[in-house]
Amino acid sequence: MNIDYSQEAPAVAGRLTLAQIEELVAKPMDTKPDRKYLIALSISLTALMIGAISLGLTFYYGTGLWGNNQPVGWAFDIVNFVFWVGIGHAGTLISAILFLLRQKWRTGIARFAEAMTIFAVMCAGIFPAIHTGRPWMDGYLFPYPNQHGLWVNFTSPLLWDVFAVSTYFTVSFVFWYVGLIPDFATLRDRATSKIKKTIYSIFSLGWRHSNRHWTHYEKAYMLLAGFATPLVLSVHTIVSFDFAVSIIPGWHTTIFPPYFVAGAIFSGFAMVVTVLVFVRKIFDLQHIITLDHLEKMNKVILATGMMVGYAYAMEFFIAWYSGVQVETFVFINRALGPYAWAYWIMVSCNVIFPQFFWIKKFRRSIPVMMVIVILVNVGMWFERFVITVTSLNRDFLPSSWAYYTPTFFDAGILIGSFGLFFTLVILFTKSLPVVSISEVKAVADGAQPTYQGGDHHA
Amino acid sequence: MHNNKKLFGIAATFKTPNEIISAAKKVFSAGYNQFDVNTPYPVHGMDSAMKIKPSKLGFVTLVMGLNGAAVALLFMYWSMAVDYPLVIGGKPFFAFPALVPITFEVTVLLATLSTVIAMIALFFRLPDNKHPLHDTEYMKSVSGDKFGIVIEASDEMFKQTEVENFLKSLTPLNIEYIYFPPEESYAIFQPKFLLFLLSIALIVSGGTYFTLNKLMYMTPFNWMMDQDKLNPQKPSELFVDGRGMRTPVEGTVAKGFIPYPYKGQTNPVEVLSNPFLPTKENIALGKAKYFTYCTPCHGDFADGDSRLRGQFPNPPTLHSKRARDFSDGMIYHIITNGQNVMPSYESQITRDERWAIVNYVRVLQRAKNASDADLIDMNKEAGSNVAN
Repeated sequence: MNIDYSQEAPAVAGRLTLAQIEELVAKPMDTKPDRKYLIALSISLTALMIGAISLGLTFYYGTGLWGNNQPVGWAFDIVNFVFWVGIGHAGTLISAILFLLRQKWRTGIARFAEAMTIFAVMCAGIFPAIHTGRPWMDGYLFPYPNQHGLWVNFTSPLLWDVFAVSTYFTVSFVFWYVGLIPDFATLRDRATSKIKKTIYSIFSLGWRHSNRHWTHYEKAYMLLAGFATPLVLSVHTIVSFDFAVSIIPGWHTTIFPPYFVAGAIFSGFAMVVTVLVFVRKIFDLQHIITLDHLEKMNKVILATGMMVGYAYAMEFFIAWYSGVQVETFVFINRALGPYAWAYWIMVSCNVIFPQFFWIKKFRRSIPVMMVIVILVNVGMWFERFVITVTSLNRDFLPSSWAYYTPTFFDAGILIGSFGLFFTLVILFTKSLPVVSISEVKAVADGAQPTYQGGDHHA
Repeated sequence: MHNNKKLFGIAATFKTPNEIISAAKKVFSAGYNQFDVNTPYPVHGMDSAMKIKPSKLGFVTLVMGLNGAAVALLFMYWSMAVDYPLVIGGKPFFAFPALVPITFEVTVLLATLSTVIAMIALFFRLPDNKHPLHDTEYMKSVSGDKFGIVIEASDEMFKQTEVENFLKSLTPLNIEYIYFPPEESYAIFQPKFLLFLLSIALIVSGGTYFTLNKLMYMTPFNWMMDQDKLNPQKPSELFVDGRGMRTPVEGTVAKGFIPYPYKGQTNPVEVLSNPFLPTKENIALGKAKYFTYCTPCHGDFADGDSRLRGQFPNPPTLHSKRARDFSDGMIYHIITNGQNVMPSYESQITRDERWAIVNYVRVLQRAKNASDADLIDMNKEAGSNVAN
């Protein structure tokens, strides 16, 4: 437990050689799935099936199966959408922003976090697609020349969402694939079976590890990181505009964009820690995904958690300071009204429990961080629930006030989205390198020239 | 063994990054240009050792990013302010601040996609799984944990023994000759391949046809069209008469309706008087309506020269003495009530329009039967003195 913080910890622990790194990362792909893997997969597939059945029934009978009512017209769909998009943001932050900040420790976790981004955005994409109840009409979301002569409304935040989320997914996917190309080439060259070799050859595009290519590759990686950084900020800003551009009290606030972005990073890091704790244990990657990495992520969770807490407090302050009666009422209603239980779950999970991370011992303890990050996941889901439902359920007309209760189908689709996410994660761990082989090799001890043998005497 | 094959180059592998950096420098200073270094990850300092110029990839990003911004903004301007302007929230048609988010997203999308596509296709010339370096021991080792350099046979200075000795002087782990792989050829038009293409075409077109023309009209996709609600002009089981729409209550008066007192009388004793003065606007309205409703039978100038070619009996001319002596109210009565085979136009032409037509008919009658006094008046108006 005695860590010397005056020196930067090595990005790869245990002085692994390059061949050992490769061996460790490629091992899950070279071995047959064991019993534990199949059990985990069957659990997540069960959740996915529950979601698929709930969704199928919703398509058949319509959105009347959901708990949405008047005035709570927006409920689980937008809650889950914002929750999953937020989860995705950690991946881009780790892969792009920490890359630009030259944080070497990101290499061990970047690939996994990027994959989680893609899967989380896929989960998020389900909800805007299904919330109309007629997902086969979703083509109308895109501006295409049609016989009505109509175009989409480019000034609507909901359309900004379409562009932001689809761009985010595409760019994240491309970023991820570009990172995978050298690894595919490495896997191709160590593959023994012909089928594997063919598949890896196709996806590696015939990459040759040529230095004349690496020059452009590194440039492209930096350009992509440079674009992904403002993109990730724009995406959750636009998601917050879905609320902030409307005139509902409790939504119509200028603090929303930074507040949402901080919340997204907060929840995303929590999800990454949740999954990585298992992955590093199951696949023996403790030397590549070290305790130092997890500790650093816990520090980010602590920092963003307090930003979110500040935003909660500031919303109340502005409600009082503005002197707007309806605004004041909405926030008092949030904390003391019919949904007070949800509000206090949110506050305790997001603001109070992460404070344990001030203590180094807890930051570096796997069981403690496990409990806290799961609580953060729960809290961040409730944050979106509180924002959406409490602002709507008591709106301007007291005669139309109503309590919203989700139905079995609402819950089923939420469970299904978790099922989809974990199914994709589990399949990913067995089929692709969960750690970037070439990047980790590059930051291992002795991987870069020391300039003693070559530079000065040549 | 490889004597009949064409040599691609000679490769050497090294164990440490320091060795490969110094090897690259020596190869470059020996004057070789066609050489490449293969390392499992980018080794820092290699670009300056190989004297590689900085990547120009950024220009692709810049140009395509600016293109994305311009295309997005112009398209949104065109669609929202030119092609189909809609007032949204009382804002200007071209509400620039509200268009910023999408402009930004499209910029990022186009910049990143074109950067990656340009990098892979133009800068790398990939995909290329037939490169001579593939499937060699050399490639396997540089893919793992070794650092390799290859001098290609296409270099002007390339001499087999000389290069081999030069590389050996760098004390590498291993030296390997790389040969071009044997040429493989495939016939494109094999029956199997053609069948494969044909089946793909059939599946895609059939699937598209089924989805768009059949599936979308099946349950539950058609539930938006077939709803349990009352439609006008459609049968319904809810009412005894089996009709979806209701007939008006007895004695219902249509909006703006004023009863015509002489309805049904062939020769009314008295008629209404014309409430409209023959102003320019009124006559223009009358002319338009006359052309729409009256000309098919009465002719363009009320001569009774029908253009129906005998499909309907020709009416008499309106320039007869009898017709000219009709009062305004009588002509109005005939339009409203009909006369002989002429049906009533009450339901098709509004009251005011009927009076306008009356005024226009008067214009036609006076034009065809002008007196000398009219001619003098006309010349006065035209500013000429021909008649004097």
